[in-house]
Amino acid sequence: MLRFVVRRMASALFVMFSLSVLVFLIFFATPGADPTARIAGKNASQQTLHEVRKDFGLDRPMPVQYGLMMERLFVSRDLISSVTRDEVVPQIVEAAPITFSLVLGASILWVVFAIALGLIAAVYRGRTLDAVVMIVGLIGISMPVFWVGEVVNMFTQSRLHDTFLFSWVPPLGYVPLTQSPLGWFKALLMPWLTLSILYIGLYARVLRSALVESQEEDYVRTARAKGLSERRVLFRHSLRTSLITFVSLFGLDFGALVGGGALLVEVVFNLHGLGWLTYQSLQQFDLPVIMATVVYAAFFVVIVNAAVDLVYALLDPRVRHA
Amino acid sequence: MTEAAASAPALVGALPSEASPWGLARRRLLRNRLALFMLGVFVAIVLLSLAAPIYAHDVAHTDPFRSHLDGTTVVNGKRVLVIPQSTGGLGIGATPIGPTWDLHHYFLGADNQGRDVAARLLYGGRNSLLIGFFAALITCLAGTLIGVVAGFFGGITDGVISRVLEIVWAFPVYLFAICLSVILVNQDFVFGPVRVGSGSIALPIMIIGIVYIPYVARPVRGEVLSLRRREFVEAAIGLGASRTRLLRKDVLPNVATTVIVLFPLVMAIAMLTEAALSFLSIGVQPPDASWGTIIQDGKDLIRTRPAVALAPGLAIALTVLALNVLGDGIRDALDPRAKVRGVR
Repeated sequence: MLRFVVRRMASALFVMFSLSVLVFLIFFATPGADPTARIAGKNASQQTLHEVRKDFGLDRPMPVQYGLMMERLFVSRDLISSVTRDEVVPQIVEAAPITFSLVLGASILWVVFAIALGLIAAVYRGRTLDAVVMIVGLIGISMPVFWVGEVVNMFTQSRLHDTFLFSWVPPLGYVPLTQSPLGWFKALLMPWLTLSILYIGLYARVLRSALVESQEEDYVRTARAKGLSERRVLFRHSLRTSLITFVSLFGLDFGALVGGGALLVEVVFNLHGLGWLTYQSLQQFDLPVIMATVVYAAFFVVIVNAAVDLVYALLDPRVRHA
Repeated sequence: MTEAAASAPALVGALPSEASPWGLARRRLLRNRLALFMLGVFVAIVLLSLAAPIYAHDVAHTDPFRSHLDGTTVVNGKRVLVIPQSTGGLGIGATPIGPTWDLHHYFLGADNQGRDVAARLLYGGRNSLLIGFFAALITCLAGTLIGVVAGFFGGITDGVISRVLEIVWAFPVYLFAICLSVILVNQDFVFGPVRVGSGSIALPIMIIGIVYIPYVARPVRGEVLSLRRREFVEAAIGLGASRTRLLRKDVLPNVATTVIVLFPLVMAIAMLTEAALSFLSIGVQPPDASWGTIIQDGKDLIRTRPAVALAPGLAIALTVLALNVLGDGIRDALDPRAKVRGVR
């Protein structure tokens, strides 16, 4: 196990390094325009341009530029926004808990409901309930998540806000957990549901097909032959192995969630997390902020993926020795 | 029975000629009513989008790319302003007219600039479908090429390609697309003789096409690797078949099914990505429309005029659903034993 952990960590570090190089190249070496002008922002004066060039070492070789950039991102953390002139990293640190709350809650909902629905669909295989889960799954992945958020807002904030159903929904925005746990929960429930609804059906489908497939396996037949109850076979034998596919997919989609769905949902629900920060800086074409948020978010995703792989190895010993 | 088996060649001759794998797949697909229905829905959406100029010029008589802030239209036989004067004084917060349900006059109402939402919806569909289709085409062609090269040549080539794919794979697609878009969208892209204007829809096509390449290249590479160990390929190698022949006769036809199954699914996610990028204002650029930009236009009107954002969202959901069902149908038809979807 230790060897697996070390190897997986090394690979994660390699990927993080490569990603930072890739982002650096996209921002600083894309043909077509001078990176100085891009970083300085729109209508920058000659003096600003000169300062930026010197500051980022843009007159020096590429590897030096890369090193300087990474130093400002992770070591000295004094990268400044080209629009507001504020330091970027503190903004990210401030925004991170919001994104983290959003993503964590959504993935808990998504995993719990998907497992429940997947089990139901597998047990009632071939009946109406099974078909309904399949269809809901397909519809879920076919809707743009930001649009679902807009529709949720339309109902909970405006159309049905005065009915008993949604009168408890607070105005858009975030409430810190430390300030009011209940307020935090209420503010995030709709964003959580929006974000998870897209994945619940899909993961229920994935789990269902894995469960159905496992019914054919030798170890399930053995378990039945031992005289175990159907419930025990399902939970202890079928479900455990079926979760392997589920967990490995989860790692990938969790990344997609942080870098995609959460970003859009934050914009729609006015939660000032990393996604909202990215959105704001996109509107103002504030490159240093965009670059910083992208690098931090991508690193976070890589780390989570590595962690998921470790869980995966715990569940399935075959992975450890591969 | 034994006799029939003994005279196998005669039996093959007796089978209907369309019993080729492709013929079988076509017949299986034709039996899948849901997939056929969704194919119909998809074709209808494409035709409607293609008819956008006809609708705008000959039915609604409007130019959906120019603002009509003080334009007028006809509701119930009376001439009214498209954006009624607000009582709030400065004209800020004025609400454009809502759906009239009259095909000739602002069927779905107007947006903040007094433009006809129905006409923009059709024009937006053209761009969304176009971007989705060509992005998926780029992804599938490049993904196949990369996957086949990596799987077929193996060794260092495979090692390098696999590593690069692994890195791109680890980069969340939206973040990757945001990086590329923010750099490319605000300026002309010049690379040697190639020049792409900053407002061109070729940019979102290229960006979306690139970010999903690993989603095709990885399964294709796996497929080629497993093909190389199959008996018929080993037999062909043993018979001294050249590399070109191996690729053309043995590898590509077998990889083709994988890619054909992936195409509608990739187009579906490409369309969703386009909508998201346009919503973040780094996809299709104004005054051009796409379903994503119309949702963005309707964002501030969601409480007063929800139709502006609802209509394009429904259009995306329906189109993507059709593609997903179609993709599942094609997969079931080509490979009835396949279990889990390859791409989402």
